[in-house]
Amino acid sequence: MIISGCRKIVGGLGSGKALVSSQPINFLAMVDAKSGVIKDPKHELFNKPLKGAVLIFPNAIGSSVGAYVFYSLKEYGNAPSAIVCSKADITTASGAAIANIPVVDLPEQMSGEPLSSLIKPGLPVSVDADSGRITIGTV
Amino acid sequence: MELTKAEEKALRGERGEALASAYRILVSIGEATGAKKLVPIKWAHVSGVNYNTIGDAGMQFLDKFSRDARVVVKTTVNPMGYDRSKPEDLSQNFIDKQASIVRSYERMGVEPSFTCTPYEVFDIPPRGTAVSFAESNAAVFSNSLLGLKTNKESALSALASSVTGLAPLSDLRLDETRNPKVSIKIDFNFESELDFGLLGYFAGKAVKDSSVALAGIGDSLSRMQAKALSAGIGTSGSCGMFSLGDSGNERISFGREEAKSIMDELSTAEDGDIITLGSPQLGLEELNLLAEMTEGKKFKKRCMVFCSRAIHNQAAKIGLTGRIERSGAEFMCDSCTCLTPYVDKDKYDSVVTGSVKAAYYMNSSNKVKVALKDMKTIVKEYTE
Repeated sequence: MIISGCRKIVGGLGSGKALVSSQPINFLAMVDAKSGVIKDPKHELFNKPLKGAVLIFPNAIGSSVGAYVFYSLKEYGNAPSAIVCSKADITTASGAAIANIPVVDLPEQMSGEPLSSLIKPGLPVSVDADSGRITIGTV
Repeated sequence: MELTKAEEKALRGERGEALASAYRILVSIGEATGAKKLVPIKWAHVSGVNYNTIGDAGMQFLDKFSRDARVVVKTTVNPMGYDRSKPEDLSQNFIDKQASIVRSYERMGVEPSFTCTPYEVFDIPPRGTAVSFAESNAAVFSNSLLGLKTNKESALSALASSVTGLAPLSDLRLDETRNPKVSIKIDFNFESELDFGLLGYFAGKAVKDSSVALAGIGDSLSRMQAKALSAGIGTSGSCGMFSLGDSGNERISFGREEAKSIMDELSTAEDGDIITLGSPQLGLEELNLLAEMTEGKKFKKRCMVFCSRAIHNQAAKIGLTGRIERSGAEFMCDSCTCLTPYVDKDKYDSVVTGSVKAAYYMNSSNKVKVALKDMKTIVKEYTE
Protein backbone atom coordinates (compact mmCIF):
# COMPACT_ATOMS: atom_id res chain seq x y z
CA MET A 1 0.00 0.00 0.00
CA ILE A 2 1.21 3.48 -0.81
CA ILE A 3 0.09 6.58 1.07
CA SER A 4 0.90 9.77 -0.79
CA GLY A 5 0.24 13.41 -0.05
CA CYS A 6 1.99 13.44 3.33
CA ARG A 7 3.57 16.69 4.45
CA LYS A 8 7.35 16.79 4.36
CA ILE A 9 8.69 18.10 7.67
CA VAL A 10 12.32 16.94 7.43
CA GLY A 11 13.51 15.64 4.04
CA GLY A 12 15.21 12.33 3.27
CA LEU A 13 14.57 8.64 2.83
CA GLY A 14 14.26 6.00 5.54
CA SER A 15 12.89 2.51 5.94
CA GLY A 16 12.43 -0.11 8.61
CA LYS A 17 9.81 -2.04 10.52
CA ALA A 18 6.79 -0.08 11.70
CA LEU A 19 6.88 0.77 15.40
CA VAL A 20 3.38 2.06 16.03
CA SER A 21 1.75 3.84 18.96
CA SER A 22 -1.51 5.69 19.37
CA GLN A 23 -0.03 7.48 22.41
CA PRO A 24 2.01 10.70 22.30
CA ILE A 25 5.59 10.57 23.60
CA ASN A 26 7.35 12.83 26.12
CA PHE A 27 10.87 12.25 24.80
CA LEU A 28 12.70 13.69 27.81
CA ALA A 29 10.74 11.70 30.37
CA MET A 30 10.05 8.50 28.44
CA VAL A 31 13.02 7.76 26.15
CA ASP A 32 16.43 6.49 27.23
CA ALA A 33 18.75 7.58 24.42
CA LYS A 34 21.68 5.42 25.59
CA SER A 35 19.75 2.17 25.46
CA GLY A 36 17.44 3.45 22.72
CA VAL A 37 14.19 2.22 24.28
CA ILE A 38 11.01 3.74 25.71
CA LYS A 39 11.51 3.46 29.46
CA ASP A 40 8.03 4.42 30.69
CA PRO A 41 6.23 1.23 31.81
CA LYS A 42 2.87 2.93 31.23
CA HIS A 43 3.61 3.60 27.55
CA GLU A 44 2.46 1.05 24.99
CA LEU A 45 5.95 1.02 23.41
CA PHE A 46 7.58 0.19 26.79
CA ASN A 47 10.98 -1.46 26.28
CA LYS A 48 10.68 -1.29 22.50
CA PRO A 49 13.90 -0.31 20.71
CA LEU A 50 13.65 2.67 18.36
CA LYS A 51 16.81 1.85 16.41
CA GLY A 52 16.22 1.48 12.68
CA ALA A 53 12.44 1.47 13.04
CA VAL A 54 9.93 3.73 11.31
CA LEU A 55 8.42 5.36 14.39
CA ILE A 56 4.73 6.10 13.94
CA PHE A 57 3.05 8.12 16.69
CA PRO A 58 0.69 11.09 17.03
CA ASN A 59 3.07 13.80 18.30
CA ALA A 60 5.56 14.65 21.04
CA ILE A 61 4.38 16.23 24.29
CA GLY A 62 5.86 17.86 27.36
CA SER A 63 9.41 19.04 27.85
CA SER A 64 11.01 21.33 25.31
CA VAL A 65 14.31 19.53 25.98
CA GLY A 66 12.87 16.44 24.28
CA ALA A 67 14.35 17.83 21.05
CA TYR A 68 17.85 16.99 22.29
CA VAL A 69 16.80 13.37 22.80
CA PHE A 70 16.49 12.91 19.01
CA TYR A 71 20.06 14.18 18.64
CA SER A 72 21.27 11.90 21.45
CA LEU A 73 19.54 8.89 19.87
CA LYS A 74 21.41 9.62 16.64
CA GLU A 75 24.75 10.04 18.43
CA TYR A 76 24.31 6.74 20.26
CA GLY A 77 23.32 4.97 17.01
CA ASN A 78 19.81 4.35 18.31
CA ALA A 79 17.75 6.67 16.10
CA PRO A 80 14.69 5.54 14.20
CA SER A 81 15.26 5.53 10.43
CA ALA A 82 12.19 7.68 9.78
CA ILE A 83 9.26 9.23 11.66
CA VAL A 84 5.60 9.51 10.73
CA CYS A 85 3.40 11.71 12.96
CA SER A 86 -0.29 12.45 12.74
CA LYS A 87 0.56 16.06 13.49
CA ALA A 88 4.24 16.90 13.61
CA ASP A 89 5.14 19.18 16.49
CA ILE A 90 7.99 21.58 17.16
CA THR A 91 9.93 19.19 19.41
CA THR A 92 9.90 16.36 16.88
CA ALA A 93 10.55 18.62 13.88
CA SER A 94 13.49 20.48 15.43
CA GLY A 95 15.06 17.40 17.00
CA ALA A 96 14.78 15.37 13.80
CA ALA A 97 16.14 18.28 11.73
CA ILE A 98 19.35 18.27 13.76
CA ALA A 99 19.54 14.47 13.87
CA ASN A 100 18.83 14.14 10.12
CA ILE A 101 15.89 11.82 10.61
CA PRO A 102 13.30 12.09 7.79
CA VAL A 103 9.85 13.15 9.08
CA VAL A 104 6.46 13.35 7.39
CA ASP A 105 3.07 13.89 8.91
CA LEU A 106 -0.39 12.89 7.87
CA PRO A 107 -3.28 14.61 9.61
CA GLU A 108 -6.19 12.31 10.43
CA GLN A 109 -8.60 14.27 8.24
CA MET A 110 -6.40 13.21 5.30
CA SER A 111 -5.76 9.61 6.28
CA GLY A 112 -9.38 9.04 7.29
CA GLU A 113 -8.40 6.95 10.30
CA PRO A 114 -5.68 7.09 12.95
CA LEU A 115 -2.22 6.12 11.71
CA SER A 116 -2.07 3.49 14.43
CA SER A 117 -4.91 1.55 12.81
CA LEU A 118 -3.78 2.28 9.25
CA ILE A 119 -0.25 0.93 9.66
CA LYS A 120 0.17 -2.43 11.40
CA PRO A 121 3.15 -2.85 13.74
CA GLY A 122 6.08 -4.83 12.36
CA LEU A 123 5.29 -4.32 8.67
CA PRO A 124 8.14 -3.02 6.52
CA VAL A 125 7.64 0.66 5.80
CA SER A 126 9.61 3.11 3.68
CA VAL A 127 9.27 6.83 3.96
CA ASP A 128 10.22 9.19 1.14
CA ALA A 129 9.83 12.50 2.90
CA ASP A 130 10.76 14.67 -0.08
CA SER A 131 7.91 13.31 -2.17
CA GLY A 132 5.59 12.91 0.85
CA ARG A 133 5.11 9.18 0.26
CA ILE A 134 4.90 6.19 2.61
CA THR A 135 5.11 2.64 1.23
CA ILE A 136 3.76 -0.09 3.50
CA GLY A 137 4.60 -3.76 3.00
CA THR A 138 6.44 -5.05 -0.04
CA VAL A 139 5.35 -3.64 -3.35
CA MET B 1 7.32 28.25 3.66
CA GLU B 2 8.88 31.10 1.68
CA LEU B 3 12.37 32.21 2.63
CA THR B 4 14.03 35.48 1.65
CA LYS B 5 17.20 35.31 -0.47
CA ALA B 6 19.33 36.03 2.59
CA GLU B 7 17.60 33.27 4.56
CA GLU B 8 18.09 30.82 1.64
CA LYS B 9 21.79 31.61 1.59
CA ALA B 10 22.14 31.03 5.31
CA LEU B 11 20.24 27.73 4.97
CA ARG B 12 22.68 26.63 2.27
CA GLY B 13 25.56 27.22 4.66
CA GLU B 14 26.99 30.43 3.26
CA ARG B 15 27.15 31.91 6.77
CA GLY B 16 28.58 28.85 8.46
CA GLU B 17 27.41 25.43 9.60
CA ALA B 18 25.88 26.60 12.91
CA LEU B 19 23.57 29.11 11.21
CA ALA B 20 22.74 26.58 8.51
CA SER B 21 21.57 24.14 11.17
CA ALA B 22 19.60 26.93 12.88
CA TYR B 23 17.78 27.62 9.60
CA ARG B 24 17.21 23.89 9.05
CA ILE B 25 15.44 23.86 12.42
CA LEU B 26 13.38 26.95 11.57
CA VAL B 27 12.31 25.46 8.22
CA SER B 28 11.30 22.14 9.80
CA ILE B 29 9.23 23.77 12.55
CA GLY B 30 7.82 26.21 10.00
CA GLU B 31 6.64 23.23 7.90
CA ALA B 32 5.27 21.46 10.98
CA THR B 33 3.25 24.49 12.06
CA GLY B 34 2.18 25.53 8.56
CA ALA B 35 4.04 28.86 8.54
CA LYS B 36 4.31 30.93 5.38
CA LYS B 37 7.30 32.98 6.52
CA LEU B 38 9.72 33.82 9.31
CA VAL B 39 9.23 36.95 11.42
CA PRO B 40 11.57 38.80 13.82
CA ILE B 41 11.38 38.02 17.52
CA LYS B 42 12.57 40.23 20.40
CA TRP B 43 13.55 37.68 23.02
CA ALA B 44 14.54 34.01 23.09
CA HIS B 45 14.44 31.87 26.22
CA VAL B 46 16.41 28.68 25.77
CA SER B 47 16.07 25.37 27.62
CA GLY B 48 18.52 22.48 27.62
CA VAL B 49 21.00 23.85 30.17
CA ASN B 50 20.95 21.13 32.84
CA TYR B 51 23.49 18.40 32.02
CA ASN B 52 21.04 15.82 33.38
CA THR B 53 18.57 16.72 30.62
CA ILE B 54 20.77 17.01 27.50
CA GLY B 55 23.55 14.58 28.42
CA ASP B 56 26.90 14.12 26.70
CA ALA B 57 25.50 14.38 23.18
CA GLY B 58 23.78 17.67 23.95
CA MET B 59 26.88 19.03 25.66
CA GLN B 60 29.03 18.18 22.61
CA PHE B 61 26.45 19.67 20.24
CA LEU B 62 26.47 22.97 22.15
CA ASP B 63 30.26 23.04 22.38
CA LYS B 64 30.48 22.82 18.59
CA PHE B 65 27.49 25.07 17.87
CA SER B 66 28.78 27.82 20.16
CA ARG B 67 32.14 27.95 18.37
CA ASP B 68 30.62 29.98 15.54
CA ALA B 69 27.10 31.03 16.59
CA ARG B 70 26.26 34.22 18.50
CA VAL B 71 22.88 35.33 19.81
CA VAL B 72 21.43 38.31 17.96
CA VAL B 73 18.48 39.02 20.28
CA LYS B 74 18.13 39.11 24.06
CA THR B 75 18.52 35.47 25.12
CA THR B 76 17.91 34.13 28.60
CA VAL B 77 18.50 30.54 29.73
CA ASN B 78 16.77 27.90 31.84
CA PRO B 79 18.11 26.59 35.16
CA MET B 80 21.19 24.41 35.15
CA GLY B 81 21.47 21.29 37.30
CA TYR B 82 22.76 22.74 40.56
CA ASP B 83 23.74 25.79 42.58
CA ARG B 84 27.47 26.36 42.05
CA SER B 85 27.85 27.65 45.62
CA LYS B 86 26.43 24.34 46.95
CA PRO B 87 28.25 21.48 45.21
CA GLU B 88 27.45 19.11 48.12
CA ASP B 89 28.47 15.59 47.12
CA LEU B 90 27.70 15.89 43.41
CA SER B 91 30.14 14.02 41.18
CA GLN B 92 33.05 15.87 39.60
CA ASN B 93 31.90 14.41 36.27
CA PHE B 94 28.55 16.18 36.61
CA ILE B 95 30.15 19.45 37.74
CA ASP B 96 32.69 19.48 34.88
CA LYS B 97 30.11 18.69 32.22
CA GLN B 98 27.65 21.23 33.61
CA ALA B 99 30.46 23.81 33.46
CA SER B 100 31.11 22.98 29.80
CA ILE B 101 27.43 23.59 28.94
CA VAL B 102 27.41 26.91 30.80
CA ARG B 103 30.62 27.95 28.98
CA SER B 104 29.03 27.16 25.62
CA TYR B 105 25.99 29.30 26.33
CA GLU B 106 28.10 32.14 27.71
CA ARG B 107 30.32 32.02 24.61
CA MET B 108 27.19 32.58 22.51
CA GLY B 109 26.39 35.71 24.52
CA VAL B 110 23.30 34.69 26.52
CA GLU B 111 22.28 36.33 29.80
CA PRO B 112 23.29 33.79 32.47
CA SER B 113 19.85 33.95 34.09
CA PHE B 114 19.42 30.22 34.90
CA THR B 115 15.74 30.69 35.52
CA CYS B 116 12.54 28.99 34.38
CA THR B 117 10.59 32.14 35.32
CA PRO B 118 12.15 34.78 33.04
CA TYR B 119 8.82 36.62 33.26
CA GLU B 120 9.60 37.38 36.93
CA VAL B 121 13.18 38.46 36.39
CA PHE B 122 13.28 40.62 33.25
CA ASP B 123 11.32 43.62 31.92
CA ILE B 124 8.33 42.47 29.91
CA PRO B 125 8.02 43.77 26.34
CA PRO B 126 4.71 45.32 25.19
CA ARG B 127 1.73 42.99 24.64
CA GLY B 128 1.72 41.49 21.17
CA THR B 129 5.53 41.23 20.96
CA ALA B 130 6.75 38.04 19.26
CA VAL B 131 9.19 36.03 21.38
CA SER B 132 10.49 32.45 21.36
CA PHE B 133 10.26 30.67 24.71
CA ALA B 134 11.27 27.04 25.10
CA GLU B 135 10.55 26.58 28.79
CA SER B 136 6.97 25.37 28.70
CA ASN B 137 5.68 27.08 31.86
CA ALA B 138 7.17 30.36 30.62
CA ALA B 139 5.60 29.97 27.17
CA VAL B 140 2.15 29.27 28.64
CA PHE B 141 2.43 32.04 31.26
CA SER B 142 3.68 34.63 28.76
CA ASN B 143 1.06 33.85 26.12
CA SER B 144 -1.78 33.70 28.61
CA LEU B 145 -1.05 36.50 31.08
CA LEU B 146 1.44 38.84 29.43
CA GLY B 147 0.08 38.87 25.88
CA LEU B 148 3.45 37.89 24.41
CA LYS B 149 3.31 35.69 21.33
CA THR B 150 5.31 32.49 21.39
CA ASN B 151 4.79 28.96 20.24
CA LYS B 152 5.52 26.21 22.71
CA GLU B 153 9.09 26.09 21.44
CA SER B 154 11.57 23.29 21.82
CA ALA B 155 15.07 23.73 23.25
CA LEU B 156 16.47 23.63 19.72
CA SER B 157 13.87 25.86 18.09
CA ALA B 158 14.39 28.62 20.68
CA LEU B 159 18.15 28.21 20.21
CA ALA B 160 17.67 28.63 16.44
CA SER B 161 15.62 31.78 17.08
CA SER B 162 18.28 33.17 19.41
CA VAL B 163 21.00 33.09 16.75
CA THR B 164 18.83 34.19 13.81
CA GLY B 165 16.40 36.56 15.59
CA LEU B 166 13.60 34.85 13.66
CA ALA B 167 10.74 32.41 14.22
CA PRO B 168 7.94 31.06 12.03
CA LEU B 169 4.76 33.13 11.82
CA SER B 170 2.40 30.34 12.83
CA ASP B 171 0.33 28.72 15.57
CA LEU B 172 0.22 30.95 18.70
CA ARG B 173 1.83 33.85 16.86
CA LEU B 174 -1.45 34.10 14.92
CA ASP B 175 -4.55 35.60 16.57
CA GLU B 176 -6.93 32.97 15.16
CA THR B 177 -5.05 30.18 16.97
CA ARG B 178 -4.98 32.14 20.21
CA ASN B 179 -8.79 32.14 20.33
CA PRO B 180 -9.66 28.82 21.99
CA LYS B 181 -12.17 26.42 20.51
CA VAL B 182 -12.37 24.07 23.49
CA SER B 183 -13.47 25.04 27.00
CA ILE B 184 -12.83 23.19 30.22
CA LYS B 185 -15.60 23.71 32.75
CA ILE B 186 -14.42 23.50 36.36
CA ASP B 187 -17.07 21.90 38.56
CA PHE B 188 -15.78 22.35 42.10
CA ASN B 189 -14.24 24.98 44.36
CA PHE B 190 -10.47 24.96 44.34
CA GLU B 191 -8.80 24.82 47.74
CA SER B 192 -5.19 25.61 46.90
CA GLU B 193 -2.66 26.26 44.15
CA LEU B 194 -2.25 22.50 43.83
CA ASP B 195 -5.74 22.27 42.29
CA PHE B 196 -4.60 24.75 39.62
CA GLY B 197 -1.62 22.52 38.86
CA LEU B 198 -3.89 19.48 38.55
CA LEU B 199 -6.26 21.41 36.28
CA GLY B 200 -3.31 22.41 34.08
CA TYR B 201 -2.05 18.85 33.82
CA PHE B 202 -5.57 17.68 32.97
CA ALA B 203 -6.02 20.42 30.36
CA GLY B 204 -2.71 19.64 28.66
CA LYS B 205 -3.72 16.00 28.36
CA ALA B 206 -7.29 16.60 27.26
CA VAL B 207 -6.80 19.38 24.73
CA LYS B 208 -5.05 18.81 21.41
CA ASP B 209 -5.36 22.47 20.32
CA SER B 210 -2.74 25.10 21.07
CA SER B 211 -5.07 27.12 23.29
CA VAL B 212 -7.85 26.37 25.77
CA ALA B 213 -10.51 28.34 27.67
CA LEU B 214 -10.99 27.66 31.38
CA ALA B 215 -14.44 28.41 32.77
CA GLY B 216 -15.51 28.40 36.40
CA ILE B 217 -12.40 29.65 38.20
CA GLY B 218 -13.20 33.35 38.04
CA ASP B 219 -11.57 35.97 35.89
CA SER B 220 -8.28 36.55 37.67
CA LEU B 221 -5.54 34.43 39.18
CA SER B 222 -2.89 35.02 41.83
CA ARG B 223 0.69 34.76 40.64
CA MET B 224 1.08 31.45 42.44
CA GLN B 225 -2.08 29.99 40.90
CA ALA B 226 -1.09 31.17 37.42
CA LYS B 227 2.38 29.63 37.72
CA ALA B 228 0.99 26.29 38.93
CA LEU B 229 -1.56 26.26 36.11
CA SER B 230 1.00 27.20 33.42
CA ALA B 231 3.47 24.56 34.58
CA GLY B 232 0.77 21.89 34.65
CA ILE B 233 -0.43 22.65 31.11
CA GLY B 234 3.11 22.74 29.77
CA THR B 235 4.03 19.35 31.26
CA SER B 236 1.37 17.03 29.91
CA GLY B 237 0.61 18.11 26.38
CA SER B 238 1.19 20.43 23.49
CA CYS B 239 -1.20 23.23 24.47
CA GLY B 240 0.63 26.55 24.93
CA MET B 241 -1.98 29.03 26.12
CA PHE B 242 -5.08 29.39 28.28
CA SER B 243 -7.67 32.11 28.72
CA LEU B 244 -10.20 32.53 31.50
CA GLY B 245 -13.88 32.35 30.61
CA ASP B 246 -16.13 30.25 28.46
CA SER B 247 -15.25 31.27 24.94
CA GLY B 248 -15.06 27.77 23.48
CA ASN B 249 -17.74 25.62 21.86
CA GLU B 250 -16.73 22.14 22.92
CA ARG B 251 -16.86 21.66 26.69
CA ILE B 252 -14.91 19.20 28.82
CA SER B 253 -15.72 18.83 32.49
CA PHE B 254 -13.08 18.98 35.25
CA GLY B 255 -14.59 17.80 38.52
CA ARG B 256 -13.33 16.24 41.73
CA GLU B 257 -13.13 12.85 40.04
CA GLU B 258 -10.83 14.13 37.27
CA ALA B 259 -8.65 15.94 39.85
CA LYS B 260 -8.42 12.74 41.90
CA SER B 261 -7.37 10.66 38.91
CA ILE B 262 -4.48 13.07 38.21
CA MET B 263 -3.53 12.91 41.91
CA ASP B 264 -3.57 9.10 41.71
CA GLU B 265 -1.23 9.25 38.71
CA LEU B 266 1.28 11.74 40.11
CA SER B 267 1.16 11.41 43.89
CA THR B 268 2.86 8.06 44.36
CA ALA B 269 3.75 8.27 48.07
CA GLU B 270 2.06 9.36 51.31
CA ASP B 271 5.19 10.93 52.70
CA GLY B 272 8.71 11.88 51.64
CA ASP B 273 12.31 11.91 52.87
CA ILE B 274 12.79 15.56 51.87
CA ILE B 275 10.72 18.53 50.72
CA THR B 276 11.34 20.46 47.49
CA LEU B 277 9.60 23.71 46.66
CA GLY B 278 9.86 24.85 43.07
CA SER B 279 9.12 24.08 39.45
CA PRO B 280 8.58 26.75 38.51
CA GLN B 281 11.22 28.47 40.68
CA LEU B 282 9.63 30.46 43.49
CA GLY B 283 9.05 34.19 43.07
CA LEU B 284 8.74 36.95 45.65
CA GLU B 285 5.01 36.34 46.17
CA GLU B 286 5.58 32.70 47.08
CA LEU B 287 8.67 33.49 49.20
CA ASN B 288 6.66 36.08 51.13
CA LEU B 289 3.94 33.55 51.77
CA LEU B 290 6.46 30.91 52.82
CA ALA B 291 8.13 33.36 55.24
CA GLU B 292 4.77 34.20 56.81
CA MET B 293 3.71 30.57 57.12
CA THR B 294 7.00 29.40 58.66
CA GLU B 295 7.34 32.28 61.15
CA GLY B 296 8.62 30.81 64.43
CA LYS B 297 8.58 27.25 63.03
CA LYS B 298 11.23 24.72 62.04
CA PHE B 299 11.12 22.16 59.24
CA LYS B 300 11.36 18.60 60.53
CA LYS B 301 12.84 17.38 57.22
CA ARG B 302 15.31 18.84 54.80
CA CYS B 303 13.51 21.48 52.71
CA MET B 304 15.04 22.83 49.48
CA VAL B 305 13.67 26.08 48.08
CA PHE B 306 14.50 26.55 44.39
CA CYS B 307 14.62 30.07 43.02
CA SER B 308 16.56 32.13 40.53
CA ARG B 309 19.69 34.00 41.65
CA ALA B 310 18.02 37.31 40.72
CA ILE B 311 14.93 36.65 42.87
CA HIS B 312 17.14 35.38 45.70
CA ASN B 313 19.13 38.64 45.62
CA GLN B 314 15.95 40.73 45.68
CA ALA B 315 14.57 38.63 48.53
CA ALA B 316 17.82 38.98 50.48
CA LYS B 317 17.64 42.79 50.27
CA ILE B 318 14.26 42.83 51.98
CA GLY B 319 15.21 40.28 54.62
CA LEU B 320 13.06 37.50 53.20
CA THR B 321 15.81 34.93 52.74
CA GLY B 322 16.88 35.18 56.37
CA ARG B 323 13.32 34.71 57.59
CA ILE B 324 12.94 31.57 55.46
CA GLU B 325 16.35 30.18 56.36
CA ARG B 326 15.50 30.50 60.08
CA SER B 327 12.89 27.80 59.47
CA GLY B 328 15.71 25.50 58.38
CA ALA B 329 14.83 25.70 54.68
CA GLU B 330 17.77 25.97 52.26
CA PHE B 331 17.92 28.05 49.09
CA MET B 332 19.12 26.42 45.89
CA CYS B 333 19.69 29.06 43.21
CA ASP B 334 20.22 28.71 39.43
CA SER B 335 18.59 25.26 39.46
CA CYS B 336 15.18 23.67 39.86
CA THR B 337 13.56 20.43 40.97
CA CYS B 338 13.18 18.67 37.62
CA LEU B 339 16.11 16.33 37.00
CA THR B 340 18.37 18.05 39.52
CA PRO B 341 21.04 15.69 40.84
CA TYR B 342 20.25 17.04 44.35
CA VAL B 343 17.23 14.74 44.28
CA ASP B 344 18.76 11.38 43.54
CA LYS B 345 17.23 7.93 43.91
CA ASP B 346 20.46 6.72 45.52
CA LYS B 347 19.94 9.23 48.32
CA TYR B 348 16.17 9.44 48.67
CA ASP B 349 13.21 7.16 48.10
CA SER B 350 10.57 9.86 48.11
CA VAL B 351 10.01 13.59 48.00
CA VAL B 352 7.25 15.93 49.15
CA THR B 353 6.47 18.72 46.68
CA GLY B 354 3.68 21.13 45.80
CA SER B 355 4.43 21.14 42.08
CA VAL B 356 2.60 18.95 39.60
CA LYS B 357 5.42 19.43 37.10
CA ALA B 358 8.05 18.46 39.67
CA ALA B 359 5.95 15.41 40.58
CA TYR B 360 5.80 14.29 36.95
CA TYR B 361 9.55 14.55 36.34
CA MET B 362 10.66 13.26 39.74
CA ASN B 363 8.51 10.17 39.20
CA SER B 364 9.59 9.60 35.60
CA SER B 365 13.16 10.91 35.45
CA ASN B 366 14.63 11.23 38.97
CA LYS B 367 12.91 7.90 39.74
CA VAL B 368 11.81 8.86 43.23
CA LYS B 369 8.30 8.57 44.65
CA VAL B 370 6.39 11.77 45.19
CA ALA B 371 3.93 12.97 47.82
CA LEU B 372 2.05 15.87 46.24
CA LYS B 373 0.73 18.41 48.76
CA ASP B 374 -0.05 22.11 48.63
CA MET B 375 2.36 24.54 50.31
CA LYS B 376 0.10 25.27 53.28
CA THR B 377 -0.28 21.56 54.03
CA ILE B 378 3.45 21.00 53.63
CA VAL B 379 4.24 23.71 56.20
CA LYS B 380 1.53 22.43 58.54
CA GLU B 381 2.64 18.79 58.40
CA TYR B 382 6.40 19.21 58.27
CA THR B 383 7.19 22.04 60.67
CA GLU B 384 7.02 22.29 64.43
